[in-house]
Amino acid sequence: MTAPAVPPRRQFLSQGAALTAALAIAPGLLLYDFARARPPGEPASSAVRWGMLIDTTQCDSGCSACVTACRKENALPEPVRLTDPQWIRKVELEQEGSGRKVSLPMMCQHCADPPCVDVCPTGASFKRADGIVLVDKHRCIGCRYCMMACPYKARSFVHEPVTDHSGATPRGQGTVESCTLCVHRVDRGEIPACVEACAREGHQAILFGNLNDPDSAISRRLRSVASTRLRADLNLDPGVAYEGI
Amino acid sequence: MKPLCLLGRILLVIGCCLVLPAGAHDAMPPLDIGQGGKCVDDPGFMRLNHMKLLLQQRDETVRLGVRGGRYSLAGCVDCHASKVNHSVLGTDRNFCQGCHTYAAVKIDCFECHSSHPRPAMESRR
Amino acid sequence: MTAVTATRSGERAYYGWFLFCALLALVGLWAAHQMESQGHVITGMNNQIVWGLPHVFAIFMIVSASGVLNVASVGSVFGRAVYKARAPLAGLLSLALLAGGLTVLMLDLGRPDRVIVAATVYNATSVFAWNVLLYTGLFVSVGFYLWTLMDRTMAAWTQPAGLLVFVWRFVLTTGTGLIFAFLVARQAYASAVLPPMFIAMSLAWGLAIFLLAQSALLRWKAMALHPGIHRRLKNLLGIFVFTVLYLVLAYHLTNAYFARQMPFERFVLRDGGVITALFWGGYGVLGTVLPLLLIFLPGLGTPRSVGAAALLVILGAFSLLYVFIVGGQSYPLQIFPGYVAHSTFGDGAVGEYVPSLPEWALGVGGVAVACLMTLVGVRVFNFLPRDVPEQAVESN
Repeated sequence: MTAPAVPPRRQFLSQGAALTAALAIAPGLLLYDFARARPPGEPASSAVRWGMLIDTTQCDSGCSACVTACRKENALPEPVRLTDPQWIRKVELEQEGSGRKVSLPMMCQHCADPPCVDVCPTGASFKRADGIVLVDKHRCIGCRYCMMACPYKARSFVHEPVTDHSGATPRGQGTVESCTLCVHRVDRGEIPACVEACAREGHQAILFGNLNDPDSAISRRLRSVASTRLRADLNLDPGVAYEGI
Repeated sequence: MKPLCLLGRILLVIGCCLVLPAGAHDAMPPLDIGQGGKCVDDPGFMRLNHMKLLLQQRDETVRLGVRGGRYSLAGCVDCHASKVNHSVLGTDRNFCQGCHTYAAVKIDCFECHSSHPRPAMESRR
Repeated sequence: MTAVTATRSGERAYYGWFLFCALLALVGLWAAHQMESQGHVITGMNNQIVWGLPHVFAIFMIVSASGVLNVASVGSVFGRAVYKARAPLAGLLSLALLAGGLTVLMLDLGRPDRVIVAATVYNATSVFAWNVLLYTGLFVSVGFYLWTLMDRTMAAWTQPAGLLVFVWRFVLTTGTGLIFAFLVARQAYASAVLPPMFIAMSLAWGLAIFLLAQSALLRWKAMALHPGIHRRLKNLLGIFVFTVLYLVLAYHLTNAYFARQMPFERFVLRDGGVITALFWGGYGVLGTVLPLLLIFLPGLGTPRSVGAAALLVILGAFSLLYVFIVGGQSYPLQIFPGYVAHSTFGDGAVGEYVPSLPEWALGVGGVAVACLMTLVGVRVFNFLPRDVPEQAVESN
């Protein structure tokens, strides 16, 4: 089978131009790098490392558009009980002493050295070449050791049977799941649902892009502003960074 | 009755293996192949090898991120979901369930994957 | 050597226990089936407390399975006759406990139907995967060891086999401790003191189980334990209980010295509700102080009081493991130091967990499986410890 004859570079340019026009939100600052779709038959490449930069100063404590968008995209039930899955959640913080308030979205941090992958007995937890940490649910036996090992409480266990699941990522009872960074969208050249929803709300608090490309918007911004990785003391090199905490 | 000797028993088992499936073959239910049309490969080949092809592509897609492969489970469902209940499961006439019941092979794909066609395909019907 | 026959009441008790355990095992299987068909939603476990009561039972049995072998090791590795007479029973108990513990662990999996995956696909960096090999190895080496004990033509192999078992069980319990010690994310775990602590716990709990099994067996056959041997074993239990106490103290003291760990220690030792009560009352008083008094107080230390002490040590073991496993997860992850966190997913909040009936049934069912295997084993192989009086005197 042959790929379409359009060279990736040209595809990049035409898509890029359209997106630049649509999404330039401030001079010199792109909301996200447009991601170009990988041609069919080509595996994810380690030349790319997907990541996010979350500007907590732009995140509104009353807004949960990212959470709702994720739930819709992945057809997750509305969380009521502690057994219900939450791939992304809003965390409200108050600094001890000063009382400064911060609101931010929390999800799988897509570590470069993910503890969940280290501990998984069957290799069901794995990191894709482009840095996205996933669960291969065909191989997951549901031991929950990864949930014990994750410092971010990013994972959920499917506590109930799933019937007629319509979400983009298949999910089933007795396996562990978490944020996929919307891998199905990223592979199509789109951005994750939460990033899109945040931009639609006008907050533009989440910047998504390729950390391995020094010219990407996310890399440029990481160079120019102070940012933090959560539990930086563990040295896991998370793919998600935060501003303003 | 005198008990059968070892050879007799072995012959009996082999005999059963040869005769019984042949008899059962006639009981194969007619399958609702849904929209059908040209399959991604020769139907006889698919009947014998679909499980291997699906597993192979599954691992390549999930673990390596290879998209757009030819043997996709969602693709099977898109073409072969019944036009009656819009599913490959439900009755022993439905495409996946019917054959798997006949062959007595447990099918667990749809504990996680959808047994209904993708919305885009559904609207094209 | 004269054949030992069971008394009539002993036989009745044997079959009574057999039926009782079989029933409990069936109830445990039913619970596992419910958990598989309805999902873990029927347990008390959730996305914060991901390991609950089944893991307390399973880890108790797996840790004890290695500790109970101590009796065999002292016999075969250090050549003590009194212990050697007990080696077959110790080996049998070890296999039974390991099987019971693994049964619970496997039936609690989200996908127990895929357990074959765990046996065929290994992730070399996973402590869990190492443990799968360690468990298999213990079955093989203890099985071989028992063979050398039962078959006279294999007697020459007893010592090397005993040595193999001795080394293997230390590695195995180290592996069990490492399951937690490698969890860098959580305040309760990630400590190098855990593997030695698990080894100490295995020695105390294993011996407590051995003493209870031995006294039940002797009662079944209406025999009495030589007072010298009794004294030796009870003192050993006392020393092991002290050792566990020492390591538990070391674990909590080192934690309390680090400012960042202090909130966690305050939670376990003071503010944790059930967790705190189980730590002080269950482990501290019932599981440590009382057994030590029952063993060492002048006038006590009788077979009856030592039996009670062994039971209390086991009770303390469950309390300590509950505090360690459930308490360790209840305390919220510290993702944002310096901030008070709040979310719908339990950030910054102490986790809620109440074990449900199916979890109790599964755990108890696993213990019942271990008991059944022991009951069948002692009947088929006649593993009763037989002491030659002179040996008992020599050991005094």
